[in-house]
Amino acid sequence: MAEKFDVIVVGAGPAGTSCAYTLAKAGVNVLLLERGEYPGSKNVMGGVLYRKMMEDIIPGFYKEAPVERLIVEQRFMLLDEKSAVTFSYKGLEWGEEPYNNFTVLRAKFDQWFAEKAVQQGALLVNETVVTECLVENGKVIGVRTDRPDGDLFADVVVLADGVNSLLAKSLGFHKEFRPDEVALAVMEVLKLDRKIIEDRFSLEQDQGCTFEIFGDATKGILGTAWLYTNKDSLNIGVGAMLSGLIKNKIKPHQLLDYVKKHPIIRPYIQGTEQQEYLAHLIPEGGYRSIPKVVGDGVIVVGDAAQLVNAIHREGSNMAMTSGVLAAEAILEAKAAGDFSASMLDSYRQRLMDSFVGQDMKKYKDATHHFEKYPHYFEKYIPLMNRAASQMFTVDGSSKWEKQKKIWRELGSAKEKWKMARDLMQAWRVMK
Amino acid sequence: MNLDEYKGVWVFLEHQDGKIVPVSLELLGAGRKLADKRRVPLAGILIGEGVRQLAATAFHYGADTVYLYDDPVFRDYRTESYMRAVIACVEKHKPETILYGATSTGKDLASAVATDLETGLTADTTMLDVDEATGLLEASRPAFGGNIMATILCKKHRPQMATVRPKVMKALPIDTSRKGELIEESIPLREEDIRTKVLKIVRETQTKIRLDEADIIVAGGKGLGSKEGFQLIHRLAEAIGGTVGASRDAVEAGWIDHAHQVGQTGVTVTPKLYVAIGISGAIQHLVGMQNSGLIIAINKDPQAPIFQSCHYGIAGDAFEIVPMLIDAFQVTAGKEVQYGGKI
Amino acid sequence: MLHIVACIKQVPDTKIIKMNPKTNTMDRSSAPAILNPYDAHAVEEAVRLKKRYGGTVSVLTMGPPPAVKAIRKCIEIGADEGYMITDRAFAGADTLATSYALTKALEKIAKEKPIDLIICGKMTIDGDTGQVGPGIARRLDIPPLTSVKKVVEVNKQQGYAIVHRKLEDGYEVIQSALPCLFSVEKEINEVPYSPLPNMLRAARYQPVIWAVSDLEDVDRTLLGLKGSPTIVAKVWPPEKPKGGEMLEGSAQQQVERLMEILQQKQELFAGKEARA
Ligand SMILES: Cc1cc2nc3c(=O)[nH]c(=O)nc-3n(C[C@H](O)[C@H](O)[C@H](O)COP(=O)(O)OP(=O)(O)OC[C@H]3O[C@@H](n4cnc5c(N)ncnc54)[C@H](O)[C@@H]3O)c2cc1C
Ligand SMILES: Cc1cc2nc3c(=O)[nH]c(=O)nc-3n(C[C@H](O)[C@H](O)[C@H](O)COP(=O)(O)OP(=O)(O)OC[C@H]3O[C@@H](n4cnc5c(N)ncnc54)[C@H](O)[C@@H]3O)c2cc1C
Ligand SMILES: Nc1ncnc2c1ncn2[C@@H]1O[C@H](COP(=O)(O)O)[C@@H](O)[C@H]1O
Repeated sequence: MAEKFDVIVVGAGPAGTSCAYTLAKAGVNVLLLERGEYPGSKNVMGGVLYRKMMEDIIPGFYKEAPVERLIVEQRFMLLDEKSAVTFSYKGLEWGEEPYNNFTVLRAKFDQWFAEKAVQQGALLVNETVVTECLVENGKVIGVRTDRPDGDLFADVVVLADGVNSLLAKSLGFHKEFRPDEVALAVMEVLKLDRKIIEDRFSLEQDQGCTFEIFGDATKGILGTAWLYTNKDSLNIGVGAMLSGLIKNKIKPHQLLDYVKKHPIIRPYIQGTEQQEYLAHLIPEGGYRSIPKVVGDGVIVVGDAAQLVNAIHREGSNMAMTSGVLAAEAILEAKAAGDFSASMLDSYRQRLMDSFVGQDMKKYKDATHHFEKYPHYFEKYIPLMNRAASQMFTVDGSSKWEKQKKIWRELGSAKEKWKMARDLMQAWRVMK
Repeated sequence: MNLDEYKGVWVFLEHQDGKIVPVSLELLGAGRKLADKRRVPLAGILIGEGVRQLAATAFHYGADTVYLYDDPVFRDYRTESYMRAVIACVEKHKPETILYGATSTGKDLASAVATDLETGLTADTTMLDVDEATGLLEASRPAFGGNIMATILCKKHRPQMATVRPKVMKALPIDTSRKGELIEESIPLREEDIRTKVLKIVRETQTKIRLDEADIIVAGGKGLGSKEGFQLIHRLAEAIGGTVGASRDAVEAGWIDHAHQVGQTGVTVTPKLYVAIGISGAIQHLVGMQNSGLIIAINKDPQAPIFQSCHYGIAGDAFEIVPMLIDAFQVTAGKEVQYGGKI
Repeated sequence: MLHIVACIKQVPDTKIIKMNPKTNTMDRSSAPAILNPYDAHAVEEAVRLKKRYGGTVSVLTMGPPPAVKAIRKCIEIGADEGYMITDRAFAGADTLATSYALTKALEKIAKEKPIDLIICGKMTIDGDTGQVGPGIARRLDIPPLTSVKKVVEVNKQQGYAIVHRKLEDGYEVIQSALPCLFSVEKEINEVPYSPLPNMLRAARYQPVIWAVSDLEDVDRTLLGLKGSPTIVAKVWPPEKPKGGEMLEGSAQQQVERLMEILQQKQELFAGKEARA
């Protein structure tokens, strides 16, 4: 006779583990199923972990969690072929408690976090793939795994299986992705001596910085590249909309090679040794792509529910918050002894009321907007680079003349007008 | 324990089908060097039934003395009986060092002997040296899957023992005029005292390839792309007169039998020429072939790690280079130089 | 009913391990700790024998506390009980000291439940010696059977086992009195994908854990570093073949150059008889 749990959570990423942790802490009999060799073994993230949402779950977690560096500086680079306009914020207050955010390596962090859930009483089983949800009379009653004697039952199944969420798809909660709903990201972990990292990026011990790189890094395709500092390695990656990659017939690893060889970027990664190569999808469809997140006996959280803020590269935090909110809804349902969709719907409401739903709504048009108007990337970034070059090159001509020249370069009156309109629009979708 | 009471270097003489196995001869060569450096005698310990005549071979390859245990109870190798003989001999004659081949027999015997004598045993040694003054044996071996080399010492116990990998030491050239002293030994051991019995020995005689004895190996890897592509390796091997080897990935792809696998979980080889084609050069492969005399690598990726571990590398497509090589060999074979099996 | 004990060890995965080139030490954080692959086959064989003849499978390990994970892996394979001995006093043990400590634990296990058969892996991928198994057998004064690639029969009533021992060019069929110890080859079996109920049992399983003080008649001078006759005097990176000369030019030129080299190196091929 297959065993029955109160709750089965599928996937031990930030979403699933947050949910299992919260439930176990409340005394619920919860099973966390993970297909990897251990949680995080194959998980991919640029690397920024936001403090706030994690701290809501485990206060002061950073004192023992395997975090890499405290981020004290965020740089933004508008990259052209041979130049970059960079602006940055460095705040030493971020280097003091309670800190702002951290870089993490998921293979270490997820494992640690899942271990915390186990300490709260969750049962963790690795190397086990959930192949389908067991459904009876339209209600999810358990899961089937790829192992012999592999069925298990539960009052509620939480799908935290990440961006592809084959399980939610098989329940008909959402369709296959359209290429303009997902970004394909590739990333490398490059080993570098910790002292060199600190010198090269002007950091104190344990401090870190992040680079977000726009423009030439993605050869005009909507997307970004990034370079983050870990303790003794760098994460470098690039993500671009699948639709753009297809249209431009370019493979993401080619983009990454291009970024790594870019004359502006290359010096930062000099002397490194490749440690890992990873590829992953990012759901970037935004608010409109959020699927059905609740059914009878089932809840969808994290990337599986497409909860990613593409503009601000937030995902793990939304995953965590969604996991906690799901747990809260389940606790309520458990108290009422009712696991129907209408009872569990309180999860959806909580989610929409939280920062997750609010932010998803706020940026609902952003990706589509930039996707539709590639000239932000193709035109305006090179333009800004040229302008900066003009202004800062000392060649005997007066600053007045320079400004005039830049103004002329912006093109005809009509083009200037269009540009102003574009910028206004960008502001509107972002604000 | 008075270490000074222990003198002399011994080699356990393993034999099969009336012959001393190659690794034991190699160890006599290595042991000779150690013994000369220490100015002590080199002895062989020979156990079996009707093996007396093998002592002469041991002398020809460098032994000064052979301790012989010749008795029907020793007909088959069994841990318990052989171990008792070695231990009795050690207790009587007190050697400072004993070397065994790292074969299934040698390792089995040495492990048991070391436990009863409560002494140190270094496994799978690939380098040997000795401190001239103290007789301290410096046994070095690959460790952690070949990632490092480690030198192991046994400072306070005697005899110090090591099993040594086949094919890494060199036998001395045979000298049939060399003679030595044969010392017959015996122990009171009855068949009934032994708890194991060999019921049958099965030699797998089907023309099994012996990669570890090949002088020329042409090895192919995943880069050959398919079973058909892998035929290129067979053709080149035939042209040079070599034996075919393979990486694990090629074996796992089903292109060739496991018996051809070179590396950590395959065979360790030391041919005079090793040609690696379409093999990336993973550490597990390298540990199996890095002691080859001359290593040639052909790989289309100029960054492939195999190029760090070869003597000569060709960055190029196997499907272009290898056919040209085959042609070149066929031409050569017809003309002045003779290569391969014919060399 | 057989009582079989498999000895198992948690090891760093040497396949992906990184070495610190300056200190030549292992960067342990770079390599996940896994159940020694050979030991998985030892446990699997024990489980198969249990299924065939009835009985219990226990596993025993000496190692640091995180080695509990390796025991859980064995429970996944189907072991019934797990024992771990862990103590600072064991640290730095070579094969002689390891077999001593394990023997003391085996004696304690046997007191509760006599042992019919001990199964070890062929070797560990970090220690890489294959000496611990025979060492245990000698200390318990039972026959060691190494290189076992097939178990033909285990007959408890009549007190014997028959196995195939792998030889360089074949195998031998050997009969031994019970109890005895097998060190098994990888080819003895394939470890199947464990059923889910085993996974759940493993996730919940807490092994029996003993420190030195829990064991009886222990001579502490025979444990750990103190009890180890061998020491590692130095470590260094393996020498790579030097040269690594890349041949230049067109494919044709490269091939020609290679042929030249091979002809120059004739001496490599000469004198086959030098090595009889
Ligand atoms: C390149 C990249 C960079 C990113 N950078 C950042 C960043 O800097 N900051 C940030 O906050 N977010 C970032 N994100 C987003 C963030 O990684 C995700 O939003 C977050 O990981 C989502 O968490 P999750 O738990 O929902 O899913 P995941 O982390 O994907 O976890 C899903 C888990 O489910 C398991 N699983 C899947 N299917 C099954 C199955 N059938 N059975 C059992 N287990 C299964 C998987 O193995 C995995 O462990 C980035 C994403 C990518 C791809
Ligand atoms: C515990 C353990 C034990 C192992 N034991 C062994 C072992 O005993 N032996 C072993 O070999 N491996 C072993 N491995 C596997 C080892 O790690 C590697 O995976 C394996 O050696 C890779 O095989 P490969 O070089 O053929 O394949 P790949 O790594 O896939 O390399 C193929 C190479 O072919 C090149 N190539 C592709 N096309 C062409 C072309 N047209 N012309 C020329 N070159 C081309 C590529 O550039 C590449 O370098 C073991 C692994 C583990 C974990
Ligand atoms: N620390 C240990 N704990 C339990 N068993 C061990 C330990 N070390 C070695 N063994 C067993 O002895 C076998 C040979 O190990 P080794 O001699 O280290 O190659 C292994 O496959 C295990 O079965």
